Amino acid sequence: MTRRVLVAVLGALLLTTVAVGYGAFAVTREPSSAAAATSQLSLTGGPRILFRSTAPDSLGHLAVVAKDHPDGPRSVSTLTCLRVYAGGGTGTCLRQDGALSTFQIAILDQGLKVRKAIPLVGVPNRTRVSADGRMAAWTVFVAGDAYNHGRFSTRAGLIDLKNEETVDSLEFLSVTLDGRPYTAADLNFWGITFAADDNRFYATMSTAGHRYLVEGDIAAKTVRTIAQNVECPSLSPDGTRIAFKSAINGNPAKGWRLSVLDLASGTRIQLAETRSVDDQPAWLSPTTIGYAISRGTDDADIWTVPANGAGTPQILIPHAESPAALN
Amino acid sequence: MYLSTIDQPHAADGTPRPPRRRAMLLLSGNVFALGAVSLITDISSAMVTAVLPVYLVLGLHLSPTVYGLVDGTYTGATALLRLVGGYIADRARRRKFVAGIGYGLSAVAKLGLLAVGNSVGGLGAVIAIDRTGKGLRTAPRDALITLSTPPQLYGRAFGVHRMMDTIGAFIGPLVALGILAATAQAYDAVFVASFCIAAFGVLMLVLFVRDHRDEQPSKGAVQPSALRGLLRIAPVRRLVLAAGLAGMVTIGDGFVYLLLQRREGLSIGWFPLLAVGTNLSYLLLATPMGVLADKIGRLKVVLGGYTALVLVYLLLFGPFGGLPLLVVVLALYGLFYASTDGVLMALAGPVLPTALRTSGLALIQTGQALSYLLSSILFGLAWALWGPASATRIAAGLVAVAVFAVALLLRGIPATGSREGAGSTAEEPA
Repeated sequence: MTRRVLVAVLGALLLTTVAVGYGAFAVTREPSSAAAATSQLSLTGGPRILFRSTAPDSLGHLAVVAKDHPDGPRSVSTLTCLRVYAGGGTGTCLRQDGALSTFQIAILDQGLKVRKAIPLVGVPNRTRVSADGRMAAWTVFVAGDAYNHGRFSTRAGLIDLKNEETVDSLEFLSVTLDGRPYTAADLNFWGITFAADDNRFYATMSTAGHRYLVEGDIAAKTVRTIAQNVECPSLSPDGTRIAFKSAINGNPAKGWRLSVLDLASGTRIQLAETRSVDDQPAWLSPTTIGYAISRGTDDADIWTVPANGAGTPQILIPHAESPAALN
Repeated sequence: MYLSTIDQPHAADGTPRPPRRRAMLLLSGNVFALGAVSLITDISSAMVTAVLPVYLVLGLHLSPTVYGLVDGTYTGATALLRLVGGYIADRARRRKFVAGIGYGLSAVAKLGLLAVGNSVGGLGAVIAIDRTGKGLRTAPRDALITLSTPPQLYGRAFGVHRMMDTIGAFIGPLVALGILAATAQAYDAVFVASFCIAAFGVLMLVLFVRDHRDEQPSKGAVQPSALRGLLRIAPVRRLVLAAGLAGMVTIGDGFVYLLLQRREGLSIGWFPLLAVGTNLSYLLLATPMGVLADKIGRLKVVLGGYTALVLVYLLLFGPFGGLPLLVVVLALYGLFYASTDGVLMALAGPVLPTALRTSGLALIQTGQALSYLLSSILFGLAWALWGPASATRIAAGLVAVAVFAVALLLRGIPATGSREGAGSTAEEPA
């Protein structure tokens, strides 16, 4: 008995040492404060690209490069975020709220000051701002809607920053699927993108194993499906096309392909990027799509590809993700 | 408290001994050792469950779709492995060894999370290994609990075990959050710590859990044909049927919480707290319900548990709401688990021949898990067809029918020693 207790105590000591030692190593591993961070960045004032840096010396910090010199020096903000986007002088920053794992969406003014913070429950994943900066949207993943046996589900919400009206989750809107009213327990929404009128929006809805492109109407509180197998839509600046990712052969296990859908004709063009892209594409110009390709844990690169299916993918900004064009 | 009253090992070999003192003292050290192993292992696995979404989405930039895919793929396979594991444990009479392999696999999977990085196939393999571990260990562990306990105390033994198990599930997320806060969000530190805790659980198993290899089964008792013969034993067949039937009418936690949240318009932040409330009720009631089951009969307690479930489903669209509704529903939901989960195993224990006990328990658990999987799909369909209110009321009606069916099915099940086990100081249910 005493020998067993001795072995248990020794084992506990050894394992504690390993756990604590590894924890200590993890703390000293990466200095995350940006070397030359400044709070002087602005969302207005010329064509630039805003993004989240994943470079070792500025990991997590918002940064900006000139649009015509993406490989030039980056200006790094003191602000850290997990996902970022901006439009019309308004920015959004999905970030941790306090030390524990709760999150918030911070609404930024053009000087990157936090105007408002909305708590989010779930792991933040997508964010978008309307072109004029009035509407902001977010998507979070929630583990706990266990109607799928502990799988994750998503919630997408939006806010009208002018009158503070909020839709907590699109699943509370009335849904029309293929022209018929539809209710189901397994509705999931993600990846909102806004139209220019600040009332219509597009998003992905999944139910019963299918993923649809939906068009939503905020005033009428409705969404209706308009196409299948379209995820993470992103409306072009002229409002005629949607860049998206679609599961190869409708099967997410095979990866995702970037494509562009012409809303009027319904034609789809596969873009020249053949790697699997698990990101919401962003229109960096009327002819160019930007997106992140992961490099492994905590690192990614921003790539671009022409929106017309021609050309080849080009790396735009290394060690970066979450691109947004600033005009 | 119960645990502090344990001062010496008792009746570890399953010899029934009439309880003169507090019946709690009669539980063998093996039951507490198995409980401690479960507690430690649950801390480890709950740590990973708590941070995995954040790690996948923010650390690896993966869509959770990917996780859902791999997760779903392996559920069927591990159900089968559970049966195979149960059979091997009986065949070799090495329940501790098979349980140990199960605990070990899950421990190694924690390190695997670090090793595979953001490879989707790798993550799938790691999750499959973890699931395999859980599938392998559950039945041998429950078999060891019965083999270490006199039959009249099975309810109590499972009650204490499930209580300890749930305590671990409570502590795990807190430990994970503490590590994240201390290491500035180093997920890998959480995985390493989780591995170390799981490894300690395996060490505890190896050092303090005793296997029961002493009773020699008669030659040929553990053969594939005997396994089929298990289903020819009428009470066993009826138990498997009853477990499957009961699993078929339960709609799943996620649905219950989702309906509560919608009904009360709860802010989404409340969602995880609903499960915490249920677990708290389960934790507090598991031992008292186990004790009660030994005292008044296990079948009665199981049927009472399903009656609590009927009330839960009816209350979801019932006449009153607000905080009282939340408290009552979560308390009843915990009562349902406390009265059915371990008690069903306690009910099955005496019916199953010792030589085939692990296989038998695995069979019942697999039947329940598979029917539960099906019921979620069916309830999803009912929701879409008739709306959540009607679907829930139909479910309540079906559970009520199932209560009668289970009562009829299990009417003649021998409740070994339930009268002797009624210790005079047995705790009352809360």
